[in-house]
Amino acid sequence: MIWRMVGQRLALGALVLLAITVVIFGAIELLGADFAQQRLGQSATEETLAALREQMGLNRPAWVRYGAWIGGAVRGDFGVSMANNRPIADLMAGRLGNTLFLAAFAAVMSVPLSIGLGLLAALWRNSWFDRAANVGTLTAIAFPEFFVAYILVYLIGSTGLFPTLASIPPGATFLERLHVTFLPALTLTLVVTAHMMRMTRAAIVNLLASPYIEMARLKGVPRARVIWRHALPNALSPIINVVALNLAYLVTGVVVVEVVFVYPGLGQLMVDAVRTRDVPVVQAAALIFAAVYVILNLLADVLSTLSNPRLMHRR
Amino acid sequence: MAGSLLLDMRDVHIEGRSGDAWLPIVKGVDLQLHRGEVLGLIGESGAGKSTLGLAAMGYVRGGTRISRGEVTFDGTDLVTAPESFRRGLRGKRIAYVAQSAAASFNPAHKLIDQFCEAPVMHGVLGRGEAERQAVDLYRRMRLPDPEGIGFRYPHQVSGGQLQRAMTAMAMACKPDLIIFDEPTTALDVTTQIEVLAAIRDIVDQSGTAAIYITHDLAVVAQMADRIKVLLRGDEVEEAPTREMLASPRQAYTRSLWAVRSHRRPEQPPAREAPVLEVRAVSAGYGAVKVLHDVSFDLHRGRTVAVVGESGSGKSTTARVIAGLLPASRGEVRIEGRPVAPSFKARPKEELRAVQLIHQSADTSLNPKQRVREILGRPVAFYAGMSGAKVEARVRELLRMIELEPDSFIDRLPGELSGGQKQRVSLARALAAEPRVLICDEVTSALDQIVAEGILKLLDRLQRELDLAIMFITHDLATVRAIADGVVVMKGGRVVDEGTKADVFTPPHHPYTELLLSSVPEMDPGWLDRVLEARAARA
Repeated sequence: MIWRMVGQRLALGALVLLAITVVIFGAIELLGADFAQQRLGQSATEETLAALREQMGLNRPAWVRYGAWIGGAVRGDFGVSMANNRPIADLMAGRLGNTLFLAAFAAVMSVPLSIGLGLLAALWRNSWFDRAANVGTLTAIAFPEFFVAYILVYLIGSTGLFPTLASIPPGATFLERLHVTFLPALTLTLVVTAHMMRMTRAAIVNLLASPYIEMARLKGVPRARVIWRHALPNALSPIINVVALNLAYLVTGVVVVEVVFVYPGLGQLMVDAVRTRDVPVVQAAALIFAAVYVILNLLADVLSTLSNPRLMHRR
Repeated sequence: MAGSLLLDMRDVHIEGRSGDAWLPIVKGVDLQLHRGEVLGLIGESGAGKSTLGLAAMGYVRGGTRISRGEVTFDGTDLVTAPESFRRGLRGKRIAYVAQSAAASFNPAHKLIDQFCEAPVMHGVLGRGEAERQAVDLYRRMRLPDPEGIGFRYPHQVSGGQLQRAMTAMAMACKPDLIIFDEPTTALDVTTQIEVLAAIRDIVDQSGTAAIYITHDLAVVAQMADRIKVLLRGDEVEEAPTREMLASPRQAYTRSLWAVRSHRRPEQPPAREAPVLEVRAVSAGYGAVKVLHDVSFDLHRGRTVAVVGESGSGKSTTARVIAGLLPASRGEVRIEGRPVAPSFKARPKEELRAVQLIHQSADTSLNPKQRVREILGRPVAFYAGMSGAKVEARVRELLRMIELEPDSFIDRLPGELSGGQKQRVSLARALAAEPRVLICDEVTSALDQIVAEGILKLLDRLQRELDLAIMFITHDLATVRAIADGVVVMKGGRVVDEGTKADVFTPPHHPYTELLLSSVPEMDPGWLDRVLEARAARA
């Protein structure tokens, strides 16, 4: 049952990705820029331009070039960077690893924190704790990321405990990496916590009027146990989905934070590529970001299903 | 048989918050219960029965409070006792059985985990003992597969079985008192009888005291030693069961006893051609076949009652006739002409001929639309009217359903009572000037006195407009009151059919017999008699 569903969702995810590749490729086509001209500059002669177009395959029809791009992408070959002629796959491998490391670090801090805060806020509804948690997380989300980042740099960076430049020296150990990336990870945590916390609280509070919650109280179950054991298992599906969305954001939305902390991640690479009009790199990065969204949402669907006995155990 | 005093509620006042004001829900009720005794608490919805029942556990729902009075359970006043003390009692010495077991079992946990929660948490039993206790109680509640049923999730168990599992769960800690809050109201009559028997046996055997809340007099007559009648938060009267049934003192109590006084006069058999013909219809949802070969006729000015348990295909038949669910085989004819299976393919004239009224007016009226819009839309759509004509027609419709147009035309559904909402639903159907009216359990969610008003209204409109009515219900008393013809359905098939006299006069079809004999009667000995008769036949 569950495998059939996973299969269906995988197929659907692949379809979505395919549609995204068309959008990415189409958007770049619409720009209508002459990449040969851009690389060689205004002074290039007509002959050298023609030769370069031939070499880059720009003379071929759009669908042939699209086919070549997709064909390469599925084999992990995204072509070469126009800026430095290095294979894009090599260029991105290390960057993607860095981005995922930072995202994972922020997730490990923010997910338990926000779900824990959400549960406590639901337990002590309308108390000072509930209000403080709401105001605190909303304040954090209301400020732009770079502002939060600079505030942290100012407050914590000045103590010298954590570096404000998150450049990773070659051969850094795991602990060193954690140390270096602490401030960007904390920034991201502050940015995503409010959303997940409020969703957790809302999902739980929404269930508290259910007859089975009243039944639990009438069995003498203490409040904390009512929340933890009777409400939370039924609130998992919305919580899982909002967590997945935020994890996707942690991978794809970190551009600004990476720039502030000069962190060698995928976002920085994409920003640089846009600046230098390195189109193949932009395409590849966009495709990877899209794939992260699709995969995380697929994972959320599967986990929601696993958390629902009605779907797992048929009559 | 009554032991020492167990529960003593004195001058209990309970209020509910409405905006800034506190409105009374229970207005100073006294209630005494002795060990081993069963007290029946009856009244219509809004009488404060459940609120009072919960207050016996020292529990109030959100937005309500006990403003005055004492609830003394075994010597301790629960109103003034600390919450930790009350929590220690709940589930251990006072247990609760809710109206809808399907909604009151947590969908995320297996039945046995929910059973074991209270005894383990209260330190009464270890987990292993609790599981053995569960199997024992499941067996005594006559649940099928008592060893295995606990390891299922609530959605894998039928409603009647869940209700018994919930009673078993309430018995887990051998409580001194159980509050039964309408435990069989949501069940079919044939299921209700089994649950009633199981509940009564286990209460008798364990000697626990109970408060049995219901709006059904016949049910309470089987279960209670004493009956207390409530009306709008006040006690009307209280007496031992037989005494109360034999000679109710108060006028209100007598009015409860006399419900279903409405009887539609017998109609002569119809001679003309039927206005609606259902011919060998089969239908289903996807691969699941719900209806098999269903046929019946409906004549102008006549009512056919379609009866059966939930899941028997009554509502599905209505959906096929209305075109909401296209039939896979067979056909529906209106005035002799076959109509398209799907409503999408039906012309306006065919659409207006059949109108459907749903069970729940709450969910079938748009809460954001005023009565003017709710009725104006079908008037404009079907009759092609506009402007002042629509308004005039809406007012005429409101007068037809006996609601004063000036005071009702600009109300939202939220500003109507349950009975008024159902009347507006009826007017919406009449706006199309239909030939056939399908009423799907339209009185089931209403109190008996309100329901009777709706039935009388339907009767009058039928005579005035010469309507053919298909009346879907599970309540046989309603059938006796209003039907000309009866169609009995089971498992998606028509098992019995005929005029009311044919179907209700012996000899019956075996299933009709089962249905008829399962309807509770006022006589306190009814349950014993039926069970004996069934045991003798088995």
